[in-house]
Amino acid sequence: MEDSRRERDGAEGGAGQADSAPWLCRFLGPAESMVAGVVVRLCGYSAILFVFAILFFVLREAAPMLFGGMDLVEFISSPDWRPSSEVRPQYGILALLVGTLSVTGLAMALAVPLGLGAAVYISEFCTGKVKETLKIVIELLAAIPSVVWGFISYMVLAPLIVDLTGAPVGVNLLNGGAVLALMSVPIIVSVGEDALKAVPDSYREAALSLGASRWEVVYRVLFPAAKNGLLAAVLLGVGRAIGETMAVLMATGHAVQIPRGLLDPICTLTATIAAELGETVYGGPHYRMLFVIGLVLFTITFFVNLIADIVVKGIRNGQRA
Amino acid sequence: MIANEPAASAAASISTRNLNLWYGDFQALRDVSLDIKPGIVTALVGPSGCGKTTLLRCFNRINERYGNVTTTGQITIFGKNIYDPDVSLTQLRKTVGMVFQRPNPLPISIYENVLFGIRSHTRRGEYSRRERDAMVESALRNVRLWDEVKDRLRKKATQLTLEQQQKLCIARLLPLKPRVMLMDEPCSALDAEGIERIELLLQELRKTYTILIVTHNMAQARRASDECAFMLLGRIVEHDKTLNVFLNPREKETEMYVTGRYG
Repeated sequence: MEDSRRERDGAEGGAGQADSAPWLCRFLGPAESMVAGVVVRLCGYSAILFVFAILFFVLREAAPMLFGGMDLVEFISSPDWRPSSEVRPQYGILALLVGTLSVTGLAMALAVPLGLGAAVYISEFCTGKVKETLKIVIELLAAIPSVVWGFISYMVLAPLIVDLTGAPVGVNLLNGGAVLALMSVPIIVSVGEDALKAVPDSYREAALSLGASRWEVVYRVLFPAAKNGLLAAVLLGVGRAIGETMAVLMATGHAVQIPRGLLDPICTLTATIAAELGETVYGGPHYRMLFVIGLVLFTITFFVNLIADIVVKGIRNGQRA
Repeated sequence: MIANEPAASAAASISTRNLNLWYGDFQALRDVSLDIKPGIVTALVGPSGCGKTTLLRCFNRINERYGNVTTTGQITIFGKNIYDPDVSLTQLRKTVGMVFQRPNPLPISIYENVLFGIRSHTRRGEYSRRERDAMVESALRNVRLWDEVKDRLRKKATQLTLEQQQKLCIARLLPLKPRVMLMDEPCSALDAEGIERIELLLQELRKTYTILIVTHNMAQARRASDECAFMLLGRIVEHDKTLNVFLNPREKETEMYVTGRYG
């Protein structure tokens, strides 16, 4: 078996085929392999096409309101989102924006310590079966559909919050934050663990051999050495939390207001689009305003991802030096 | 095999008795009984995989990082059994410093690298800024690095040349005032001139410390060590004055190895 493999490799080397994947050349002639190369390339470039296509369609629907027809000052500064008012529809997203930011902020306040703690534990303090099991379970956690999370928030968390705090309703900022935190933790853990794992083992040995405890190794060596990767983990968690729709729609109570406390129901940008798009008149101002909100979300997530990307690139450069 | 005179073992700074070590099912050390004397450089030599590095890594118990290590037998350092339950790993590693094969300064400043160990062992604010500066200067002077780096102490240590990095790795042990230095092929990443300067440094340091050096380089063992222990397949084959090991080996295997006919 070993021999036959070597033979095959040798044959390929001798054939010296084109630059496309060498294993293809065994099955395809030069013309076909060129076609295969083009197909693979198109698959790769399609990602760029899709991003621009999505941007184009959202922009097209939003354009009539965006470039005329909408009051930009009201849009940004008014907390009043009354799109279906008979007298005077108002399209202020301040309350929605504050809703999104506050629920994301709360989610991160819960998820970052939990996620980074879990990442440190998995990467540094456990071995063998425990480690493998935890990694699999965390991946499972990431695979739970968001509507199931919404269901849990509605059926489990909401009554719990009412019981514990005496709040009139259990679906509110706290509930949404908790659910989003649980949803972001898997991303933070897996990216964070990768970042810690990428720290060369020689650093750990150096610190240990100087008498540092394992905990000191974590906060004096690993955190500084992996800080870019850990930051990227947090930012990806933020991106997940901002973009999440179904679970927050079910968990936050969907009340358009600027929250004054953890127990106030809120409304987010994403949930507004999901809840209202079906009720709008196609092509009407309300319909178009929802697409403007879509653009706002697109912009926010674009920048969060961009920053995460720059930060991750930072790690790679740092390691090369 | 060398007979262990009781007198010698009393004076030894590190002694092992019937030390066996397994990585899982694989036995890496077999019945090692060895006395390392203070104030000299002892070299551990032998072919790859003979257990030199494993033995060295027993002495500061850094071997235990890997979960599947089993050890039997005894290791005493300055009369204290390092496997006693009351031994603190932190204290042990303060007394027994280690230099690694690949220079491994931490990705922090040169200054902070030198102080890394001492910061683990003292409370915040125990030393004044001036005392810390003095500690850094004296450590770097002792390894002949001060003049090269004194103007960039705040720069990242990982930007130094390999030789400078390795000197820094020796320097950062000094503020801890260790009594033993374990060196695992400290020159294998360096060029000939770097090796020469590190060996020179060894000669200066040996007055103060017990130095144990693992090396692949037979010429280096011959040049730089006072005593030499030859290992093969996890056993100590021969341990004697370096000149005797090279010129008058008692065992056939040693002769084969030092004359380059084996390994």
